[in-house]
Amino acid sequence: MDTLPPGASGDDAAPLSPADLRELYSLMAAVRHLDTSAIAWQRQGIIPGYAPEAGQEAAQVGSGYAVDRTRDFVFPTYREMGVARTLGVDMVAYMSTHKAIWHGGLYDPLESRLAPIQAVVAGSVLHAVGWAHGQTLSRPAGASTEHTTGVALAYFGDGASSQGDVHEAMNFAAVMKAPVVFFVQNNGWAISVPTERQVAGGSVAARAAGYGMPALQIDGDDVVAVVDATRRAFAHARQGNGPVLVEAMTYRRGPHSTSDDPGRYRSLDEEREGAGEDPLERFRQRLLADGIADEEFFAGALAAARAEEEQIRAGLQALTPRPGAEMFDLVFQETTPALQAQAASWRKESEHV
Amino acid sequence: MSSFTLESGTVDTPAASTVLSMQQALNRALDEVLADNPKAVIFGEDCGRLGGVFRITDGLQAKHGEQRVSDTPLAESGILGLSVGLAMAGFHPIPEVQFDGFAYPAINQIVCQIARMNYRSRGRLPMPITLRVPSFGGIRAPEHHGESLEALFAHVPGLKVVSPSDPHEAYHLLKYAAARPDPVIFLEPKSRYWQKGDVAPEHGGPPTGAKVMRPGRHLTLVAWGAMVARCLQVADLAAEDGIDVEVLDLRWLKPIDAEALAASVRKTRRAVVVHEAPLTSGLGAEVAQLITQGCFDTLKAPVERVTGFDVPYPSGDLEDEYIPNIDRILFGIQRVLEYRRG
Repeated sequence: MDTLPPGASGDDAAPLSPADLRELYSLMAAVRHLDTSAIAWQRQGIIPGYAPEAGQEAAQVGSGYAVDRTRDFVFPTYREMGVARTLGVDMVAYMSTHKAIWHGGLYDPLESRLAPIQAVVAGSVLHAVGWAHGQTLSRPAGASTEHTTGVALAYFGDGASSQGDVHEAMNFAAVMKAPVVFFVQNNGWAISVPTERQVAGGSVAARAAGYGMPALQIDGDDVVAVVDATRRAFAHARQGNGPVLVEAMTYRRGPHSTSDDPGRYRSLDEEREGAGEDPLERFRQRLLADGIADEEFFAGALAAARAEEEQIRAGLQALTPRPGAEMFDLVFQETTPALQAQAASWRKESEHV
Repeated sequence: MSSFTLESGTVDTPAASTVLSMQQALNRALDEVLADNPKAVIFGEDCGRLGGVFRITDGLQAKHGEQRVSDTPLAESGILGLSVGLAMAGFHPIPEVQFDGFAYPAINQIVCQIARMNYRSRGRLPMPITLRVPSFGGIRAPEHHGESLEALFAHVPGLKVVSPSDPHEAYHLLKYAAARPDPVIFLEPKSRYWQKGDVAPEHGGPPTGAKVMRPGRHLTLVAWGAMVARCLQVADLAAEDGIDVEVLDLRWLKPIDAEALAASVRKTRRAVVVHEAPLTSGLGAEVAQLITQGCFDTLKAPVERVTGFDVPYPSGDLEDEYIPNIDRILFGIQRVLEYRRG
């Protein structure tokens, strides 16, 4: 499905150079390696839990690649590690949420342009609309929209698309013509429930028509297609035309989380069949065939991914719990007497431990 | 980190005051907030052209423009979720939910998002949101148009809760709330919207903490919102029988001014908490505990509560039976005055 009007232009729709393509591969390789390692870290007891994303590298890296960090803002759920890495977020700070150091992560959302991680999956979709509406309100009267408007990129999945907030968000955004790109990673599964038991109407993209919003349903395992679609969507929204929905069809190859047992709801054969070709391997073959990268490049990308993963692991292992006082200090901008009293009492009582 | 300092107030002398209804006082406060703070934006269902079903935002869109005061689609979660994103973009949202009962569809955004974003982001994404909620009963409204949500909101970490009792308080508390860097749930007693009173340009005391609305010696009536006026009526009636009642307007339901509570009850040695909300786990229990903690040695009787009942909010015809009335409050006073140990 492609109901996005043609004619989107500007940097957002510029073609990818060979250097861009190699960078995309390196990012996907780094994300794959880090994802695989994070599962191992959970098994090794370095982190208590993790939400794997193997198979979604193309969707995440490709969409994140379209973001202009000088003006756009990204609203993730809890399975957007690949997006975070693509945006250049401090990955130790990002992974700290999986180490149970601080809900939302330790990265700075304003500097990184990535809102805090959170688990009420449709909640942040409305935040994206509010932030995007703020860009519209901030625009001086009569100013050109092109190259001035920040676009909000809202991530959610097929499961979250069942929640009312997603529908309220789409309606609000369309009514307000807010510059939002709704980026759906339809990975086939909402924990144990497959898309056909989750999404009525055939697809999430099909719903966009009801809100008068253009939509693109794309091969989410083809990173080039994802970059292209997201850039087109950004260009459309940036030019003041309102929101766009992109539904990237992909597959969650592993469990929902490190606590999940997919064997209870699908067989390995079904998994292999549903997953299709590995997006990383598929892109590698394409780069080889097009003469854009060679084996030496791929070996280098893997080595860089390994080195990066080791650094992140070391950083994560060195990361100690935040001081307990922060529990009280960060609730409000202006604290309250009751909180101060509770903090004082906590300090007094914990000194005996 | 700054602190929300609680300073209790007393009855202040209005200087060059104007007589306004609470609706007019709130409208004036919002007008001034919009004029003073270019980042303040007002929105909700029917807030724009109509001026809100209670006309609290009357004329504000015409004066400040459609960007600053706007109508939203009919979806409370959407309105509050929009507020979060706007706050993240540096705005000071002042959303309205049309009636208290319609805050329920937005609970997820209020509790899981607005209340936590400052914490979740380690202070990088403050939520300077003032959520206006026409609250409580007393206007014979249909179901879901009269609810007392204060205990629910006060229980949520990350939220502050305030309720004005008269036009003067409404004007100053709303201006103060809208200048805070944290989320404030502003509970407007809709049964008092049309009551007039003196509104002085200066508050005459701090807009934080509780406020003694009437000093007295024999017992303290603790109330907030619409119940303050009723308690003042009760105090007048009790005075005819020689009972000198102090009326304390709690104003801030979170943070609660525990010192003002203790100071008042250490003086009177008896207390009755009056609220419209159901009894069980209501805010009266919290107030009673704070009084017990602050005044156990001086209390002459257990703290009494006169409240709504543990029933779904009843239809208009039963409303007068549900909301604490003068007789029930007088019985509460009698119970604490006649209490004898063992």
